[in-house]
Amino acid sequence: MKTEIDKGDAIAGILFILAGLFFAYQSLGMELGTSLRMGPGYFPLVLAGVLILLGITVMVKAVRNEAEPIGPLAIRGILLILPAPIFFGLTVRGLGFVASLFLTALIAAFASRKMKPHYAVLLAVLVTIFSTLVFSYALGLPFQRFGPWLRF
Amino acid sequence: MEFLSNLALGFATATSVANLGFCLIGVILGTLVGVLPGIGATATIAMLLPITFQLEPVSSLIMLAGIYYGAQYGGSTTAILINMPGESSSAVTAIDGYQLARKGKAGTALAVAALGSFFAGSVATFLVAIFAPPLTVVALKFGAAEYFSLMVLGLVSSVALAHGSILKALAMVVLGLLLGLVGTDIYSGTPRFIMGIREYADGLNFVAVAVGVFGIAEILRNLESEQTREVMKTSVRNLWPSREDFRRMIAPMLRGTALGSALGILPGGGAILASFASYTVEKRMSKTPQEFGRGAIEGVAGPESANNAGAQTSFIPLLTLGIPANPVMALMVGAMIIQGIVPGPNVATEQPALFWGIIASMWIGNLMLIVLNLPLIGLWVKLLTVPYYVLFPIIMAFCSIGVYSVRSNVYDLYAVAAFGLLGYVMLKLRCEPAPLLLGFVLGPLLEENLRRAMILSRGDPATFVSRPISAGLLLLSLVVLVVVFLPQVRKKRDEVFVEDN
Repeated sequence: MKTEIDKGDAIAGILFILAGLFFAYQSLGMELGTSLRMGPGYFPLVLAGVLILLGITVMVKAVRNEAEPIGPLAIRGILLILPAPIFFGLTVRGLGFVASLFLTALIAAFASRKMKPHYAVLLAVLVTIFSTLVFSYALGLPFQRFGPWLRF
Repeated sequence: MEFLSNLALGFATATSVANLGFCLIGVILGTLVGVLPGIGATATIAMLLPITFQLEPVSSLIMLAGIYYGAQYGGSTTAILINMPGESSSAVTAIDGYQLARKGKAGTALAVAALGSFFAGSVATFLVAIFAPPLTVVALKFGAAEYFSLMVLGLVSSVALAHGSILKALAMVVLGLLLGLVGTDIYSGTPRFIMGIREYADGLNFVAVAVGVFGIAEILRNLESEQTREVMKTSVRNLWPSREDFRRMIAPMLRGTALGSALGILPGGGAILASFASYTVEKRMSKTPQEFGRGAIEGVAGPESANNAGAQTSFIPLLTLGIPANPVMALMVGAMIIQGIVPGPNVATEQPALFWGIIASMWIGNLMLIVLNLPLIGLWVKLLTVPYYVLFPIIMAFCSIGVYSVRSNVYDLYAVAAFGLLGYVMLKLRCEPAPLLLGFVLGPLLEENLRRAMILSRGDPATFVSRPISAGLLLLSLVVLVVVFLPQVRKKRDEVFVEDN
């Protein structure tokens, strides 16, 4: 039987170890206290230690007889879906709710290869109208509809 | 007679015009997301959480609960019609339900699923009403040590019930606990793990984490391979099951209800386990096991009753102890906290109208579902043809609005993107997100109770094993952990979950 390395498990193990090291390092910079009066660093340090140990075990067990492939990655999705909320966060105060939301929906719409540009614009317009009516007018959420960047 | 007067108070609360309306909105929305691909109940509740801010506490919880069990109904509809379970708990329904649909008995399968769910939902609601009050009395006696041990049991069970590698699920719990600790330490005021970003001093936003890990990650996975879904072309007719069908569904329905009610109380996703267990039981008990997998009514009636009963009884630990049994319940905790209600045994005594109103609304919601869904099935089938690329820009827009409106903090939106990426990477590495979210919610509570217990015992860790309830709970956690690592059980567990993929 051939030994293989399961990439998914190996990467997961490494990520757990790295996360554990980060939390452990940060915890050591805080007061640990005693087990009677635990400081802010005590509990996270213990957890981080456990996470590192689990990470090591996961990594060791990645070497086994059969490895499962990771499969395709949604690169286009990552590049267009993840920036959408970030864009909304960056512009909602400046552009205001209406313009910011329209562009957010438009960015997200292009994450699919099947979306045609004119449909994307139409969809973004409809989403913006609906959301402005429901969230801003009907539910009265405190959004500025048009922000300072759009005033001349 | 206290039971009856409590229930009367509950029904009086739940049947106010506003609450009936929110219950209706909840179940319709729930069915909708259960039917539509790519957005589960967890992500929807996470998105709507901020909006419920504006509502009365009772109304908001009634609506969120409605989404939860509505999604279970919707999930079974897609499982039967297109062999694609909308919710993981209806994965089992797809096995025989889809076969029935292919034989032209889609209507029967849908009706059996709906009737089974309604029956189980009604019974389980009464069980919640009967068992919740005595449990709150027990829970009021709980000290810090008991709470700590109970949460340990909850986290361990969520690991046991997660799919795939137990080790990775354990690591996800620990990572979740650590992420839950991000923010200012309540005892010393020290900011922890915020890397100098003051906007995270109040902790990472729970809604942002939930939307990222469940919603965004799921969207990204759906975008990997965009296929068009095939909907059954056969029209759905002959909804009412024949007398023979009725005869065959009664016993599985009763067994499924019993099984689901018991397993639903277990922390960590009882509804999913309940439907799998019920399917196995029905197959074993059947005189014609060869029919299973080829369209057995029992294979739909049992698991559907079980998962709905489990969905209802999973409210018991939430309402009595304030401990969430699954990610949806964790979101309900979030909703209660937003409303300024501390989940736990005090809810029943301090807010009886809220407590009993939610319980009564569950039964009303189930009734609405059966009245609404059987005639509306045609509409739901049409919705299945909505292409996915139209859906997710809408979801993204609503996610962004929802997360931002919780506390008008733009850093929460950046957290959505970060946790979306984390969730997607974890999904690719076959790590379950549910244990992470439970850990995230319980992290601060676990630490607080640990510290309090240690102060009360003057630094003696023996307090966790010398107090009987605490010792029992820890022992139970240990047993669960040992059992899932046993080789035979692991093999069996793999078999059970293999059908889910």
